[in-house]
Amino acid sequence: MEPPKLLVQGVSKIFRDGRQTLDTLASIDLVVNNSEFVTVIGPSGCGKSTLFNIVAGVDQPSEGIVAIDGDAQGVRAGKAAYMPQQPLLLPWRTVVENVMLGLDVRRVPRKKAEFQAHELLKRFGLADFAQHYPATLSGGMRQRVALLRTVLFNSSFLLLDEPFGALDALTRLSLQMWLLDVWQAFHSSVLFITHDVREAILLSDRIYVLSSRPARVLRVVEVELPRPRRSEQLALAQAVQLEQELTALLMKEQQV
Amino acid sequence: MKLRWLAGYGPAFVLGVTILAFWELYVRSGQISAEVLPTPTAIVQALIDHWDVISVHTLQTLLETVLGMAAATVFGLLLAITLEISRWSRRAIYPVLVISQTIPIIALAPLLLLWFGIDLGPKVFVVALYCFFPIAVASADGLADAEPDLINLLRSMRASRWQILWLVRLPGAMPSFFSGLRIAATYGVTGAIFGEYVGAYQGLGIYMQLSFNSHAIVLVFAAILVTAVLSLLLFGLVSLIERIALPWYHGSAIHRL
Repeated sequence: MEPPKLLVQGVSKIFRDGRQTLDTLASIDLVVNNSEFVTVIGPSGCGKSTLFNIVAGVDQPSEGIVAIDGDAQGVRAGKAAYMPQQPLLLPWRTVVENVMLGLDVRRVPRKKAEFQAHELLKRFGLADFAQHYPATLSGGMRQRVALLRTVLFNSSFLLLDEPFGALDALTRLSLQMWLLDVWQAFHSSVLFITHDVREAILLSDRIYVLSSRPARVLRVVEVELPRPRRSEQLALAQAVQLEQELTALLMKEQQV
Repeated sequence: MKLRWLAGYGPAFVLGVTILAFWELYVRSGQISAEVLPTPTAIVQALIDHWDVISVHTLQTLLETVLGMAAATVFGLLLAITLEISRWSRRAIYPVLVISQTIPIIALAPLLLLWFGIDLGPKVFVVALYCFFPIAVASADGLADAEPDLINLLRSMRASRWQILWLVRLPGAMPSFFSGLRIAATYGVTGAIFGEYVGAYQGLGIYMQLSFNSHAIVLVFAAILVTAVLSLLLFGLVSLIERIALPWYHGSAIHRL
């Protein structure tokens, strides 16, 4: 059988600062299968981003196994494309140059990288902005560019850390739909972080609900809504019920 | 746009003209001998009359300044990168860097003459010594200021230290580097003149000294005027290069094709 895209088993993380210790993650188990959209949801400051840094290979777990494509031993950095909360575009690079950043890191020849970046911009409707500097773009546009940069680096596995958290509701909805387009076009596996319950339901195949710190998995929910998803589906009885359940669960955690 | 830019310098212009006018009147009223303090108009007249000689000296000083600044730029940038490479190199080099600025150049310049002779070399060295410090410190600060999240993003892409330096830290440090270079540009000409003052065949420094020794005070002032204009021009040139090199930093909407 094909190994899952991501397998996280018994991962915990303890930060030490002198004599103080901070338990951030307590034995997390989590699976992302190929082409699956999986969301991690939890109260603010529960250690979701720590989990992401570990999966992205920027940080190491104190205990437990993290395997990408069944490989638990090798270097993880570079095997997933990571998109942080802030778009973090390089202000001195134009949109097209920002999108090709990952290819530069991989030392892809410039002409080839530029061509691929242009193709991607064209395909997802940003061709007109190719030569703009990020400073001139709106927040939503910057996130689109950041997402395409992520996809061009590695479309097979995307790690998205609250990418739409800072956007207004309408922009956020249009970006959510746009993300689903991108995801379907590339058959990517996605691990997505949010603390917005509706966003999680609208996008995901499966949702992991984390507790407050130290984070453990409180509940795993399969979202059975048909695809392609539309925002109207959030009004379906099963979606509403799920939203209420998850919100209640998270409210309880937030109070602790 | 251009008019508004000019209007911004209006107050400075008015103040400058006022000071010059007072100077002129003060000397003309006979409070002080025009031999000791020439009037501004006399200085300009002397500059025009002696331009054939002064221009030769000016070119020499300009050459020394530009070579010295070029050396300072290369050395300053390399030093800033070395500081950034490891905590150890920072601890080792930073104190030496600061100490280098405590050396009184007035004492060093004659020694350089003794060691390296009366040619171009020692002057370029003095200019470089003056200029590398602001360049190195500003660039090192710029390199260190890179956003940690951005470094993490590059690390998640499995970028090497050198790639992070080349793709993120260096381009991000360019505005700081240019701030340092602008400061250096205002020091540079003075440094060259200092180097010449203790001994040279040519240059504004030696010209000033010779003029002073032959009591041609008006020519000393003419050389000072040239020095100031030269420094301003270099400052402007650096700003111009910055505008062309960093279009993103100056709010241009679209990349120049």
